Amino acid sequence: MASEQPGAAAQGNRPPLWGRRRSVERKRAALGYGLVVPALLALGAVALYPLLYNLVLSFQHHVLTEPGTNAVVGFANYVALATDPAFLGDLVRTLGFTGVSVAVEFAAGLGLALVVHQSFRGRGLIRASILIPWAVPTAVSALLWKAFFQQQSGFVDFALTHLGLPGSHLVWFNSPLLAWVPIIVSDVWKNTPFVALILLAGLQTIPRELYESAQCDGARAWQSFWRITLPLLRPAILVALIFRTLSAFLVFDVVYVMTGGGPGTSTEVISYYNWYKFMVSLNFGYGAAVALVITLLALALAAVYVRILHTRGDLT
Amino acid sequence: MRRAGLWILTAAIVLYSLFPFFWILKSSLEPTSSVIGAVKGLWPGHPTLTHYQAIFVQGGFGQPLLNSTIVAGSTTVLAVVLGALAAYALARLPMRGKAIVLGSVLLVSFFPQIAMVGPLFLVFRHLQWLDTYQALVVPYLILSLPITTWILTAFFAQIPRELEEAAMVDGAGLWRTLWSVFAPVAIPGLFTAAILDFLLSWNDLLFALSFMNSPNMYTVPLALVNFRNAYYVHYGQVYAGVIVASLPIALVVLFLQRRIASGLTAGSVKG
Repeated sequence: MASEQPGAAAQGNRPPLWGRRRSVERKRAALGYGLVVPALLALGAVALYPLLYNLVLSFQHHVLTEPGTNAVVGFANYVALATDPAFLGDLVRTLGFTGVSVAVEFAAGLGLALVVHQSFRGRGLIRASILIPWAVPTAVSALLWKAFFQQQSGFVDFALTHLGLPGSHLVWFNSPLLAWVPIIVSDVWKNTPFVALILLAGLQTIPRELYESAQCDGARAWQSFWRITLPLLRPAILVALIFRTLSAFLVFDVVYVMTGGGPGTSTEVISYYNWYKFMVSLNFGYGAAVALVITLLALALAAVYVRILHTRGDLT
Repeated sequence: MRRAGLWILTAAIVLYSLFPFFWILKSSLEPTSSVIGAVKGLWPGHPTLTHYQAIFVQGGFGQPLLNSTIVAGSTTVLAVVLGALAAYALARLPMRGKAIVLGSVLLVSFFPQIAMVGPLFLVFRHLQWLDTYQALVVPYLILSLPITTWILTAFFAQIPRELEEAAMVDGAGLWRTLWSVFAPVAIPGLFTAAILDFLLSWNDLLFALSFMNSPNMYTVPLALVNFRNAYYVHYGQVYAGVIVASLPIALVVLFLQRRIASGLTAGSVKG
């Protein structure tokens, strides 16, 4: 959401016309704070408070199955986390998943946006059909693709068998590497539409005259794309990438539904690990340390993108 | 030539988006023996509605549908009211620190949902909120309130101020102006935000999985992943449930696609 702060420009600093006007302005400002406070309080209670509570918990030995042992243990949880091979392995897998799925979603989303941007009668049809994958719950998309890749009863098995290709009767979910395929396919299927819609909105802000004059100057289609489309699309690209990168980095639902992190831990990701520590091990001290590290990593990722937006002058 | 190419592309995109639904629909209509057996063809053999009957009669799938509707509906109302108040102030009223407010709201949307699970679980356990609707309605504000505030601030800022100024000059008070001049123009924006809030809360699995233990409090996504006992996954029922869960969403998308698309992109791209 890289737009200018809406309203900031319109609101402006109009000179007060007379005294009464000034007191009215002051009253309106007070009202403004009053209107913003409920939303801020709500967000403070549901987002900021849990974050601070994590900070407290992360310095405790806090396991629900061992009542009465909420002793303060200093940095013990963090020290354990820094050398926790399970977490580090999950982090590597998560980054790999993020890189692959975001790259594919970006490429496919850009292609899709360019197709839809060609004004023709099929646009509405495409938009409706790509919005359905985006709108269904991730649990649904994961189950759909799980069924699709199921051994014997799945379409993939059926198609590979009938085309006489190798790989029929594969048990996709039993292989540490192949189990990623349905996960990534499902994620790409569900999230490409989001990228496409954001990029499409960006494409629609590029004035057509630019292309026309480029064409007059003898520019080829790919030159126009490279010199006009991509640079002017940069803010939209960055916005789409911020949101996709973060949510891929925090992926949970699709992994939980499709593989539960398996086989073994070969598809386990950091959010799954964190959930397991909280809700299965009931280890809220260690879980809190994991949660804070994940939060810091997510904010760092966001900060990198926002910084790029800022330095390029795309965000005013 | 070019037109034909575009139409082939269109057909491919539509097929790609919808074919997985067709496949699971086909499987959901087959008797249990074929649901997990080798595929005979693209059309269901011996079609039957057994699984649909089973999820509603034995599976009690009506309850999760009701739960999800109550939870997502309440979150939507709460988020739209809180978000609209804040957005009006941010778009219209002269106050300092707007950038800070919008920035911190945006920051919240970058907080990992997973990080909230542990502390909220402990708090809700203490409040005896586990297995209650409020244990989902309240935390779903994390998902819905930031995007609502941003969308509505952008939307309100685009509404011309002249109408309100004219009403004020004519002597209408602030509340009167808000109610009879601003609100009618703002309704499309509120509606757009409401659809997105509803979808976001309807689709959550993580919080429901963590705060809802008893099957009669399951939401739709949670019920779908729990069509199983300790030994056996009822694939036929899972597939039927997936179709039942997707239908209302498909309808919402078909009727409101323009609004959803505009809401998704509002405030996110310049221009």
